[in-house]
Amino acid sequence: MTAATPKRRSRGPWRLLWDKLRRDRAAMLGLWVLTALYLGAIFAPFLAPHHFSTQVRERNWHPPQIFDLHLFHEGEFKGPFVYDTEREGDFIAEYRTTDRVVPLTLFAEGDAYTFLGVDSTRHLFGRADGQPLYLLGADQYGRDILSRVLYGGRISLSVGLLGILISMTLGMLIGGIAGYFGGAIDFALMRLVELILALPGLYLILTVQHAFGQNLPSSQSYLIIVGVLAFIGWAGNARVIRGMVLSLKAHEYVTAAEALGLPRLRIIVRHILPNTLSFVIVTATLAVPYYILGEVALSFLGVGIQEPEASWGNMLRDAQNVRYLTDYKWVVTPGFFIFLAVMAFNFLGDGLRDAADPRALDKR
Amino acid sequence: MWTYVARRLLAIPPLLLATSFLTHCLLAAAPGDYFSRLEDNPAISAEYLAALRAQANVDGGLLARYWAWLTHAVQGDFGHSFHFDLEVFTLIGERLGNTLLLSSSALVLAWGLALPLGVLAGVKQGTWIDKAVGFISFMGLSVPRVFFALLMVMFAASTGWFPTGGMRDPIDWDDFTPWEQWVDVAHHTVLPALVVGTTQMARYMRQMRAEMVETLGKDFVRTARAKGLAPWEVVWKHAFGNAINPLITLFGYSLAALLTGAFLVEVVFGWPGLATLTVDAVFSQDEPVVMGSVVMATVMLVLGNLAADLLLGLVDPRISLE
Repeated sequence: MTAATPKRRSRGPWRLLWDKLRRDRAAMLGLWVLTALYLGAIFAPFLAPHHFSTQVRERNWHPPQIFDLHLFHEGEFKGPFVYDTEREGDFIAEYRTTDRVVPLTLFAEGDAYTFLGVDSTRHLFGRADGQPLYLLGADQYGRDILSRVLYGGRISLSVGLLGILISMTLGMLIGGIAGYFGGAIDFALMRLVELILALPGLYLILTVQHAFGQNLPSSQSYLIIVGVLAFIGWAGNARVIRGMVLSLKAHEYVTAAEALGLPRLRIIVRHILPNTLSFVIVTATLAVPYYILGEVALSFLGVGIQEPEASWGNMLRDAQNVRYLTDYKWVVTPGFFIFLAVMAFNFLGDGLRDAADPRALDKR
Repeated sequence: MWTYVARRLLAIPPLLLATSFLTHCLLAAAPGDYFSRLEDNPAISAEYLAALRAQANVDGGLLARYWAWLTHAVQGDFGHSFHFDLEVFTLIGERLGNTLLLSSSALVLAWGLALPLGVLAGVKQGTWIDKAVGFISFMGLSVPRVFFALLMVMFAASTGWFPTGGMRDPIDWDDFTPWEQWVDVAHHTVLPALVVGTTQMARYMRQMRAEMVETLGKDFVRTARAKGLAPWEVVWKHAFGNAINPLITLFGYSLAALLTGAFLVEVVFGWPGLATLTVDAVFSQDEPVVMGSVVMATVMLVLGNLAADLLLGLVDPRISLE
């Protein structure tokens, strides 16, 4: 504790948390990466040069052009541009870079989309000649992988948030009820928790998806994925919350609330559960990757989000072909984004845990 | 302790009833059945198909069929696979063996790498070795297994140093001597085991380093140093034995995690284990196989958790199992 802080105003718990978090470089990096990823997903229609389903078959497996961005052509400043490519060979996708300069422009004309009720054909950037731009390469149908990654993030990243929201709410409610009431209710709920924890998760999810998720529109398939993952995921949270509630309910303020004759559910939700929030936030942050990876696993196995819709999991399906994997290495790009998202959540979660832990005050 | 074990084991049958019934309902809810795809085949007559269905008992009521499965299953008869011409019991036994081979190799690899590297990082605290180990363990904790597995397949295919999938050489296997067969399987196991074991390795490595740093700061280590013992003796004879204790508790929990962790890795590497079998069976609606493998996976999971708790009780005298 430094004495050099003359005017000390009391800071609220959230402010304290934020102040500590802000000094954690790794956590802030995670936060920035996540902000970028989520913004990219939200504004995907505008940011992506193409629509996720736009196919240009004669440009299949076009290599990534991101390392081929230039500013100078023969010593002359041209602004950002790429060199045009020409296809060689009909069956094998090979491309030759020509010396034709194709400038990139802002607000390029492209595929039509509707975003926030506005119809538009303008994309943040694109080739001036209207040809497809493949910054991260093209897939087997000549679809732009960058665009599909951005659109796919809408599914893969939101599954994480929605899944954790559902499972945490369930976990808090059921854990709170079990811990507060105790007795037979507690016994029954905890046996249910144990049952769910003992289920071989992926085996069951796979069966569920196969039974209900086939040939459904993506939006419904998406809801089933989230529902199933959350159904398996709440149990662990409920068990920990129950333990916390068991000790919390012995406090005087609970007795006071009871003496006032408040409804018991209200006592649980308004008075007891808020005290578990710091645990909940840390756990939730660290658990988001579980849902992201769950969607990836299901879509990768072919029972999740279906083509032509893009998700990071179903994009990786192409990589199951060993020949694609060796000849067109950029097919694993979505995996890199999954990695990035998982890593960022881990960074942020670790940082939050340190910041929320009062004992870790003077560490480092 | 034995009453504890007995109580835990007694909890298994109801659990199996619940999972198998749930799986049964889910399988029944899926449209069509295994024989649906044969309907389009002109070489198979409708009568024959009906006979096949009757034999496989896929048409009866939900409860009646479950009862039929259950009465056979409790006698150890898990039925006959529709797809493979094999008893489900034999099939799953074989695949489970392969999964366990993969998991145990992963475990050996994880511990074999994590302990020396963790100790090294703890001893050489703050040096580049420490930083490299920290980086590796951090990456290992964050990298998604599917992604890592795909990268490894890419590596294997580009360099040709390792096979890209499967468990044994598809062509020459039968001509191999037992020793060559052993080498071949080991060769196929390295990459998938590495992927499966990475998360565990990262966790142990981090833990080992932290324990080592803490132990090296203790008085008895200083005493050992002051006695003039060789540095390696201080580290391995005095510090290591004390530092490794908490890791043993971690070991138990990794048993169940290894089983589930291998799921996608098996699929990516085409490893003929329980996970690939289940995925194939779910897709082809090979009901007896799905039922059998879900039951098997549940049993493994419960036994793994039980082993973890028992180990915990043995290592930590503060935990009472009663």
